[in-house]
Amino acid sequence: MAKKLPKVDVVIVGVGWGGGVIASELTKQGLTVVGLERGKERKTEDYFMVHDELRYALRYEMMQDLSKETITFRSKNSVRALPMRSYGSFLLGTGLGGSGVHWNGQTFRFLPYDFEIRSKTIERYGEKKIPDGMTIQDWGITYDQLEPYFDKFERMAGISGEENPLGGKRSQPYPTPPMKMTPSMKMFQEASKKKNLHPYMMPSANLSEAYTNPDGVSRAACQYCGYCERFGCEYGAKADPVVTVIPVAKKTGKFEIRTHSQVRRVLHNGKKATGVMYTDITTGEEIEQPADIVVLTSYVFNNVRLLLMSKLGRPYDPTTGKGVIGKNYAYQVIRGGAVGFFDDKEFNLYAGAGSLAMCLDDYNGDNFDHKDLNFIHGANISLSQLGLRPIANNKVPEGTPSWGKDFKAASIKYANRFLSVGAQGASMPFKHHFLDLDPTYKDVYGDPLMRITYDFEEQDRQLAAYCADKCGEIVKEMGASSKIEINKKLGPYDITPYQSTHNTGGVIMGASPETSAVNNYLQMWDAENVFVVGASAFAHNSGYNPTGTMGALSYRAAEGILKYRKSGGGSLV
Amino acid sequence: MVVLAQTNNGNDQPVSRRNFLKNSGLVIGGLVVGGVAGSLIKKTPAPAPTQPGATPAPAADFNQALMYFTPEQFKVVDAACERIFPEDEIGPGAKALGAAYFIDHQLAGDWGFNSRDYMQGPFYPGEVTQGYQGRLKRREIFDIGIQEMNNYSTSTQKKRFYELPPEQQDAVLKAFESDEVKLTTISASAFFKMLRASTLEGVYSDPLYGGNKNMDGWKMRNYPGNQMAYTQVIEQDKFVKMAPLSLRDHQH
Repeated sequence: MAKKLPKVDVVIVGVGWGGGVIASELTKQGLTVVGLERGKERKTEDYFMVHDELRYALRYEMMQDLSKETITFRSKNSVRALPMRSYGSFLLGTGLGGSGVHWNGQTFRFLPYDFEIRSKTIERYGEKKIPDGMTIQDWGITYDQLEPYFDKFERMAGISGEENPLGGKRSQPYPTPPMKMTPSMKMFQEASKKKNLHPYMMPSANLSEAYTNPDGVSRAACQYCGYCERFGCEYGAKADPVVTVIPVAKKTGKFEIRTHSQVRRVLHNGKKATGVMYTDITTGEEIEQPADIVVLTSYVFNNVRLLLMSKLGRPYDPTTGKGVIGKNYAYQVIRGGAVGFFDDKEFNLYAGAGSLAMCLDDYNGDNFDHKDLNFIHGANISLSQLGLRPIANNKVPEGTPSWGKDFKAASIKYANRFLSVGAQGASMPFKHHFLDLDPTYKDVYGDPLMRITYDFEEQDRQLAAYCADKCGEIVKEMGASSKIEINKKLGPYDITPYQSTHNTGGVIMGASPETSAVNNYLQMWDAENVFVVGASAFAHNSGYNPTGTMGALSYRAAEGILKYRKSGGGSLV
Repeated sequence: MVVLAQTNNGNDQPVSRRNFLKNSGLVIGGLVVGGVAGSLIKKTPAPAPTQPGATPAPAADFNQALMYFTPEQFKVVDAACERIFPEDEIGPGAKALGAAYFIDHQLAGDWGFNSRDYMQGPFYPGEVTQGYQGRLKRREIFDIGIQEMNNYSTSTQKKRFYELPPEQQDAVLKAFESDEVKLTTISASAFFKMLRASTLEGVYSDPLYGGNKNMDGWKMRNYPGNQMAYTQVIEQDKFVKMAPLSLRDHQH
């Protein structure tokens, strides 16, 4: 028999970016919020010894413990799904701040095109442009409607950047100037300008200068130490929920965080949630937390999984295309890039920051003509300098053996003498890409694991090849003195090599309950007091990192929750 | 003004955490202080870092003792690592860097036990794109792999792996890498991949793990290790060499 606690206004499940933004906005308005976080507490002081590639980057110190919980994967229905037993393709965060602590800080806004992708594709190319089975749909919100929330997230995080010449309209400039520019970024800038492209400094959550945000949070500037991705920031320079929104919520006295609390069910009466049930993982005790409003703010997979396990919302059926929970899972196309080797030049590649890059959107979204191309959307193309760490970065020219004397000589020679230009390709949803509960494999609590059914499509292969050529042209212009390698080939989707932690979809937003799970306030169509916040709301994935858009949607959801609370019920749209 | 140590003018001091914080003008204030700056400044000063590049006086290395391997297993792994990353005119190889000790120590801990991997059944062979689906732990894979390397060497060359001349050792490793050796329990190439990856880890991870002895792995490729900041380096066109720092310099 579960222990039942006193009711609170709002319970949030997962305290990362989504949970942190929701908690700070609601507690500022006087609501009492309980945040349930399965992982441990985290502080900036935890990262005194963070410059440890083995522990953090290769042994996944900050990631979810897969022995307790993982996902299963299959390429299609006819294949048996098997568990992801160790990390590869993507990294799942856990603990206070979630993945928002070990991210790179690349903070884009999706393009206006993204939010109306289906309408705009049909308008420009006709309905036939959309291939069979591709389930793109408009998001039920426009870029212009979302713009104030993008701005709010950027001001809170102190994003350092300059205006994207091909991006959506901004109401005001970024709150802090762009990061410092490295020699290789200058080369990319000059080369792409010569090709009449539109390079700009990547918007960065690694602060370019000391900054105090509208909540009064002061943070130090980035030191370019080269340990961002997969690491926490010892300076608090990289915006994360632990150094921004969580302390703001805590300061109100209205936010209680319970760590080591694994939420396992949303409790409901079919129309409305009554609270959540969680396990205190330190004791094994089951606890019921009643609440007026339940907000799911965990990572994509757990948002979807929790709804399916709780039998809340209509599960997606890939044979009929009906149902919404688990629909439109999307990923990203990271293959497709070019590498240049420089015999006569050595770069300070050990230095860098997670979001230190020069990039361009000339081949992203619908910024270029797709009439004669067999794909829609595109990729953000960039040259980044994140800090090359020595175990994971041993690039050698093709044809070099992978071990022995020649390998050693080439890997050391080129350790600081190669530059890559890469493409982050958009992933479009298909009818047969989806998330559901695995029938066989369970987590340590006996609950079913999330099952992913996904593979790359012809669209992705065409996109990767196209972008690889564009990257190659830029590298050529940059004047690589030795070899240039163009990586065009996209094999089947493989869960083993790291690609991108940009998994999206499953609880998508839209204008109609027929085709989406949540409305444009991220309020569930099927349960008005449940809000599902995260990249799970993305109806497709863009050629960008998701956090900026996810952060904007979080502010939008917070506003919706406050409206809902005030109006005393009902659907917000 | 922060000055970073550079080996090409040997007098500069590396940036200590404390001096860095004092000098770089971190803003502390506002309602909520993000970052570690506040708590650090209250702390007692850390001991000064050792002179960059200075080789510690030779002393017994108490870390170089076997936690997992038998001496026989160690000899096989030590020899194999050296072929993967050999000593040459550029600098030391895996043996001198202690890569096999690194692997031994890793196998004795969490990684060797796959303690953070999903190891529950049922076990089914999967497609290559589904990743490792075996029930063996890494330490068991090493046990079998090492044994099979000796078996293969003995049956083809009448000698144990580490007794073979380097060219023949290479031939054995290639036979494993290409799955020319057929093993019943594990994939020879997957074992080779693991051996290769952990050799590189032993060569380039922080010396606190028992490899990368004296940071010589880092020095070979001009990797500066654990520095506090590259603010003064990041825009420079010229390559900046500096003596590496290890996490030992960051202690307590």
